[in-house]
Amino acid sequence: MNPSSFFAGRELIDEEIPVLSDVNLLATRPGLSYPLLCHRCGNTTNFASHPCTRCGTSCPYCRNCIQMGKVSSCTTLYRWLGPHPAHPEGAGTLHWSGTLSDGQQAASENVRRAIHNGQEHTVWAVAGAGKTEVLFRGISEALQQGKRVCIAAPRADVVRELAPRLQSVFPDTPPVALYGGSPDRNTYSPLVISTTHQLLRFYEAFDVMIVDEVDAFPYTFDASLQFAVQKARKKESSLIYLTATPEPAWQEDIQYGKREATLIPARYHRHPLPVPETKWCGNWKKSLVPAAILDWLKDKNKALVFYPHIETMDKALPLFQKIDSRVESVHAQDPLRKEKVEAMRRGEVRILLTTTILERGVTFPGVDVAVVGSEDRIFTESALVQIAGRAGRSADCPTGKVTFFHYGKTNAMVRAVKQIQQMNRLGEERGLLD
Amino acid sequence: MRRRCLLCDGETEIQSWAAFFGVKPPLLCENCSKGLQKLTGPSCEICSRSMKETGICTDCAAWDKSIFHSNHSFYHYNDVMQDLIARFKYRGDYVLADLFAQDIRRAAREMKCDLVCPVPLSVSRLAERRFNQSEALIEPAGLQKTLLLARRESNKQSKKSRAERVTARQTFYPVGDASGKSVLVIDDIYTTGATMRLVSRALEQAGAVSVKSITIARSGS
Repeated sequence: MNPSSFFAGRELIDEEIPVLSDVNLLATRPGLSYPLLCHRCGNTTNFASHPCTRCGTSCPYCRNCIQMGKVSSCTTLYRWLGPHPAHPEGAGTLHWSGTLSDGQQAASENVRRAIHNGQEHTVWAVAGAGKTEVLFRGISEALQQGKRVCIAAPRADVVRELAPRLQSVFPDTPPVALYGGSPDRNTYSPLVISTTHQLLRFYEAFDVMIVDEVDAFPYTFDASLQFAVQKARKKESSLIYLTATPEPAWQEDIQYGKREATLIPARYHRHPLPVPETKWCGNWKKSLVPAAILDWLKDKNKALVFYPHIETMDKALPLFQKIDSRVESVHAQDPLRKEKVEAMRRGEVRILLTTTILERGVTFPGVDVAVVGSEDRIFTESALVQIAGRAGRSADCPTGKVTFFHYGKTNAMVRAVKQIQQMNRLGEERGLLD
Repeated sequence: MRRRCLLCDGETEIQSWAAFFGVKPPLLCENCSKGLQKLTGPSCEICSRSMKETGICTDCAAWDKSIFHSNHSFYHYNDVMQDLIARFKYRGDYVLADLFAQDIRRAAREMKCDLVCPVPLSVSRLAERRFNQSEALIEPAGLQKTLLLARRESNKQSKKSRAERVTARQTFYPVGDASGKSVLVIDDIYTTGATMRLVSRALEQAGAVSVKSITIARSGS
């Protein structure tokens, strides 16, 4: 194996590197430093130690990133100093015949410019605006200039979905998809699509870093993932953030011009976003399936019903199945998650109960959406906006009903509805709606 | 009073009045601890395997006569335990041994053996893992270990089939003296009992008269 092809841009521990003939091509540094800091993941608080048979000391180790292989005080981190592989012939040539909406067009130009100038830029695009297409031109130009580009996403299923889309528009620059257990992990490409987790294995590798769904769990909650993004990009590089639902603090920064951003307030298909209705349903923890929701379901062909917890959802499932046998439920640990989502897509499932796991990333044409217990604190403003964004996504069925069933309104609910209304108003003002 | 769950890093908590009486918050959160399944109910008197009624299982009845007396395990080797032990032993998260310190201390006291001996690792495996998982279980339990055995290089036990394990060649050899003593051996998993029989034979060479074992989990059906 040519070491540069898998090593270039990475920083790896002893156990991850092959025996090399020329050690002069490696730079090294210790895995930990004092006061305790893990150089791979940036952790400063979660350590343990033990008498170590390798170094003979009471050896501290990082517990935060231990699932990727242990970084101890006697671990060395290795970086490749040799030449990086050249870009393939025709790298960055864009094979795409689609057209951008007016909203996408403006964002695409701003992204291109930010990448060209090595700046930071945020694209705030409503669910269904088509944010991936907005990246194409900027990525294309960067690859043609010999730059290395990374798209980081919070979860492996998003990576697996993005990779074939980019493969089809950049066939001369086949991307590698990196996630835990990915078959591409030893392959080099100037175009990398990775979970933010896997970026922990990179060091100043990318000229362009694109962070998809920057508001999503676990990125916002896990400081080491934010550390990973910063470590993986070059000192001089551009940073593009994509989000459909920025946190309130980001919204404010954008509003006051503290954060360069482009807003795409309307969907690609030029129909307004369905505005959620709020409906009081009493103590749903007791009734589990409130009468109001049974009533709501009567005229629905296909519905996604969100529950705040697995426990309440599991208890509600048999009650739903009494009225219709075509009811299923999914959650994050469900081994049949993929199959059930597929069955829903094929129309074999009429009502799919789900936790927030399906709040983003999925499209079911013609679906209506309900949230039971929308006052629960798991339903943040951004979660509710994402959930509402599941309805009316496809051009064939651009409308849909969204209802928040609650036992007391929360700020998050009110803000979510407001945000969606504001987007529709902006879309209207800018002539992005028909 | 709060602390972090050793597995998921979520918060664990107890009532403040309980802390006043010296109760410590648990090491695991409720969600993580509910996946661990204690062995209860009737089991084999020799190896702790779950059975319909207490007695001696067919495997144990089939073993040749040995100074190995019995094994006591705490948990079923289910998926959660498998992940936990993998993280402890292969990933090297030493501190997880704390989860079992109390169980081990209590069980060791009841067994009343003269000496506590870890299962040794070969030199190369020890360098690879940075610690011996068996010693890692003994130390937080506050027990005094006596190194009676060493081990030659061999293939990993966990990669072997049942038949290969049961007929495995001896890799342990005595390096200490246990003349006339009863010995307690502590390890992570009991699967076929082959390791414990080999350890017992080497301990017999060191002069031991009986061997008992404590293992965290009982694998196999």
